[in-house]
Amino acid sequence: MNNPQANADQDNTPVRRRSIDIVQAGLSKRYAAEKRFQLYGKLAITMGLLFLVLLFTSIISKGYSAFVQTFVHLDVQLDASRLDPDGNRDPKVLARADYGGLVKSTLRDMFPAVTGRSDKRELYSLVSNGAAYQLRDMVMKNPDLIGSKVSLWVPASSEVDMLMKGRVDRKAKEGDRQLKDKQIAWIDSMAKEGRIEKRFNTVLFTAGDSRDPELAGIGGAAMGSIYTLLVTLILSFPIGVAAAVYLEEFAPRNRWTDLIEVNINNLAAVPSIVFGLLGLAVFINFFGMPRSAPVVGGLVLTLMTLPTIIIASRAALKSVPPSIREAALGVGASPMQTIIYHVLPLSMPGMLTGTIIGMAQALGETAPLLMIGMVAFIVDIPQGIFDPSTVLPVQIYLWADSPERAFVERTSAAIMILLGFLILMNALAVVLRKRFERRW
Amino acid sequence: MEIVEDSHKTTNLEHPHVADPVHVSKTATVSRESRETIGDIFVDDPRISCRDVNVYYGEKQAIKNISLDIGKNEVIAMIGPSGCGKSTFLRCLNRMNDTIIGCRVTGDINMDGQNINSKKIDVVPLRAQVSMVFQKPNPFPKSIWENVAFGPRIHGLANNKAELDEIVVTSLKKAGLWEEVKDRLDQPGTGLSGGQQQRLCIARTIAVGPEVILMDEPCSALDPIATARVEDLIDELREQYTIAIVTHSMQQAARVSQRTAYFHLGDLIEVGETNQIFTNPRHQLTEDYITGRFG
Repeated sequence: MNNPQANADQDNTPVRRRSIDIVQAGLSKRYAAEKRFQLYGKLAITMGLLFLVLLFTSIISKGYSAFVQTFVHLDVQLDASRLDPDGNRDPKVLARADYGGLVKSTLRDMFPAVTGRSDKRELYSLVSNGAAYQLRDMVMKNPDLIGSKVSLWVPASSEVDMLMKGRVDRKAKEGDRQLKDKQIAWIDSMAKEGRIEKRFNTVLFTAGDSRDPELAGIGGAAMGSIYTLLVTLILSFPIGVAAAVYLEEFAPRNRWTDLIEVNINNLAAVPSIVFGLLGLAVFINFFGMPRSAPVVGGLVLTLMTLPTIIIASRAALKSVPPSIREAALGVGASPMQTIIYHVLPLSMPGMLTGTIIGMAQALGETAPLLMIGMVAFIVDIPQGIFDPSTVLPVQIYLWADSPERAFVERTSAAIMILLGFLILMNALAVVLRKRFERRW
Repeated sequence: MEIVEDSHKTTNLEHPHVADPVHVSKTATVSRESRETIGDIFVDDPRISCRDVNVYYGEKQAIKNISLDIGKNEVIAMIGPSGCGKSTFLRCLNRMNDTIIGCRVTGDINMDGQNINSKKIDVVPLRAQVSMVFQKPNPFPKSIWENVAFGPRIHGLANNKAELDEIVVTSLKKAGLWEEVKDRLDQPGTGLSGGQQQRLCIARTIAVGPEVILMDEPCSALDPIATARVEDLIDELREQYTIAIVTHSMQQAARVSQRTAYFHLGDLIEVGETNQIFTNPRHQLTEDYITGRFG
C-alpha cells in the first residue's frame, strides 16, 4: 500500500510503513480463512443432520404402519352344544372348549363354496390364531352369551395384514408369494363387504412376545426394561454419589486414591459385554440368583453405569466454588455438614444430569443382558423383579431375527418407541438441570 | 541527582505512594538486615498467644518463627506487602490452613489454656469460637435468613424457630444490615450489593457467638462508602469481640486498630501501638513500608 520510497522525505530516508497499513494488507486473507473455517463447521453440522434425517426417515418409514392392525369382522354363533354340552357353565369345561372350531365354522359359513381340505386350510389361515383366545376370553367373562350370536373383530393373520398395508406385491407370481390367488380373492370379497378394517394396534403396547406377529407386543419387554432400570437407579445413584463424595471430599491424596481414580476412568471404557460375563459368573453362578431376572440385569447395569455417575458427580462437586466451602467451614460446620447443606445441593444438577444420561445408556444396553439370559423368548409380562423377563433392546434384536415379514415393521416400531423413551429421558435431564440452576 | 543520594532523608510528604501523609520523622533505629521482632509482642492476659509458629507449604516456608499475643477486646491490624504471610498467619488462628493440602503448621497457639494447634483438638467448635470473614464476600446461595441461621442451627444454639429468628435478627442488627433487609429475608443472599454481602457475612459470623473474629482484608472488594460502614461496624464490635484484621490499606489500619503488626516476607518485624507504628516506627523495614518505598 504505502511505497516507502514515495514517502521519502528530503534526505531520502524511507518512512516506516504504518502498522495499520500492514494489517489492512493481510485482512482479506484472514477473512477468507475465517469464512472457510465457518464453512467447515457448517458442512460438519449438515452432514450430521443429514445422517440423522436418513436414520429417522428409514426407521419411521418402515415402522409407522405397525401402529395399525388389520381386523376381520366375524359373526360367531356360540353353539351351546359345542361349548357347554352339560349346560353347567362350569369354568373348567368352558376353558377347554373348542373355540378354534367355532371360528373355523364361522369362516366356512361365510364362504360356503370352499371345499377340499387344503382350500379350507387356506381359508382358516386368513384369521389369526388369537381369534380363538379372544373368543374364549369373551365367553369366560360372560357365560350368558352362550347360545347367542356374537359379533367381534378379530385380528387378521399377519400375511393378510401385510397385504392390506400394501407390502405384498400382488403382481408377483403365485409361487413367490405367501398368499395364494384364492386367498386374495376371499380377502377382496370380505373387504367389499366391509368386513376388513384397520384399527389402532393396542396389542403392540400391551401384549408380551409371540410367534405370531399380529399377537406380539412390547408389553413384556417394556415392563422388563422398567423393572431393570428401577433396580439400576436405586442401586447406582446412592452408591455413585456416595463414592464421588468420598473420593472428592474425604479421601487423602496418595497413590491408592490415584489408582482408584485411574481404575474408575478405565471402567467407564470397558466393553459392556464384559460386565455381562461378570454378572453371569458372580451373580448367577456364585450367588445363584434367578436367570433372566430384572434384579440380575439391574445389578449388571449398575456396575456399568457406576463409573459414569461417579465421574459426572466428581466433576459436579469440583465445580462448587471453594469459597462456599470455606464460608461454611469458617462458621464451624463439620466437613459432613458442609457437604450436605451446601456442596451437594449446588452440585445436584450435574449429578442428576450424569445419572439420567447413565440411565439412558443403560436403557439401550443389550450385550451385557444377553449374557445373563435376558435373550430368552418370554411371553408373560413380568410382575416383579424376580420374574424372568426381557428388555426392549433385546426384544428388538429378537424380532429383527424373525423371518415373518410383519416383524420387520414391528421391529422398526419398537425402535421408534425405544428412541422415544430415550429422547424423553434426555429431555428430562435438560429440564431438571435448568430448573435446579434457575433457583439461585 | 542530589535528591537520589539523600532520598532516605526526605520526608514522605512529597512521595506519591502514601495518599494520606502521616508525618514520619526518621526514627528507625533497627537496620534492614535484622529479622528480630521488636516492639510489644506480648500483652498481659492475652486472648490468643502464639509462640514460635512456623508454616510450610510443602517445602517452602511461609511463616518464620512468629510469636505474637492478641489482647482481649482489641483490634489488631496486620499489615505488610503482598505475599508476606499475614493471611497465612491469620488462618492459623482458626485452623483454616488445615483445608489446604500440603500445608504444615508448627508451634503453639494458646487460647483459654489449650494449644489449639495440636491434633487432639476438635476444630469444629474452635471455628465457632474463632470465626472468619473472608476477602471476597461469600454468602451462601440461599436466602438471607438461611445464611445467618445456618451457623446457629448446626451448633444447636437455638431450641426452636423463635429463638433462631431472634438470633438472626440480633445478628443482622449488630452487623448494621437489618434496616436494609428486614422485609426481604427470603431473598437470595447473592442478590445484595457487595457491601451488603460483606455485612451479611459479618452477621453470619456473629450469629454463632464467637469470641474472636478474624477478618482477612474484608474491605478490599468494597467501595469507599461500604468500607466506611464496615469500619464503623468493627469499631462497635470491639466492645464485645476481639478482632484481628489483615489489611492492605495503612489508612484503614490507622483508623480501626489499637495495635498493629508489620509482617515482611514471613517474618514479624514490628508490633506496637498503632499510633507509634505509624509515626515512630523503630525498624527500618517498617519505616520503608509505611513511607511507601515499597509494598
